[in-house]
Amino acid sequence: MTKMDLVNSIYSKVGFSKKDSLNIVENVLEIMKSRLEEGEKIKISGFGNFIVREKKPRRGRNPQTGDQIIIEGRRILTFKPSNVLRRLLNESK
Amino acid sequence: MNKAELIQELVKQGHITQKVAKIVVDTIFEEMKQALVNGERIEIRGFGSFSIREYDGYNGRNPKTGETVKVAPKRLPFFKVGKELRDRINQAK
Repeated sequence: MTKMDLVNSIYSKVGFSKKDSLNIVENVLEIMKSRLEEGEKIKISGFGNFIVREKKPRRGRNPQTGDQIIIEGRRILTFKPSNVLRRLLNESK
Repeated sequence: MNKAELIQELVKQGHITQKVAKIVVDTIFEEMKQALVNGERIEIRGFGSFSIREYDGYNGRNPKTGETVKVAPKRLPFFKVGKELRDRINQAK
């Protein structure tokens, strides 16, 4: 599934034009992205939570040379599926 | 931010009614959920991708009591953040 499949389901369900359907899907994604960028958590009940986590700097090694290097701190995004989604995925087996 | 707030935000920017915004947001996550249940991979350019990972069952332990418990095989969605979003989140530090 790609973004275009989402656009098509909005098109057939809401009756927007293809162009407006694409715009609205992009709007939803952009709202989510800008909140995540601010470090905010997004909770979609029945689907899951998107959580921004801070990783501390740590010592690592260059696996090729064995040299010690400092891995800088960074922010990463994780997804935790909701229990509903977990259950659905395992029922269908 | 939760789903209701996402819908609110969409109404604010999108010149659409509350009712339509709710259908749009529900449709997006419902379609994604269905795709995952069908074992399909999802790829949303600029945001990220979801794939299904299969895990074998194993014998685990209850860390409190030390009892051995059987963990059944399971399927879980795995989210990989897209490049654009990863960079935005990390640069916003």
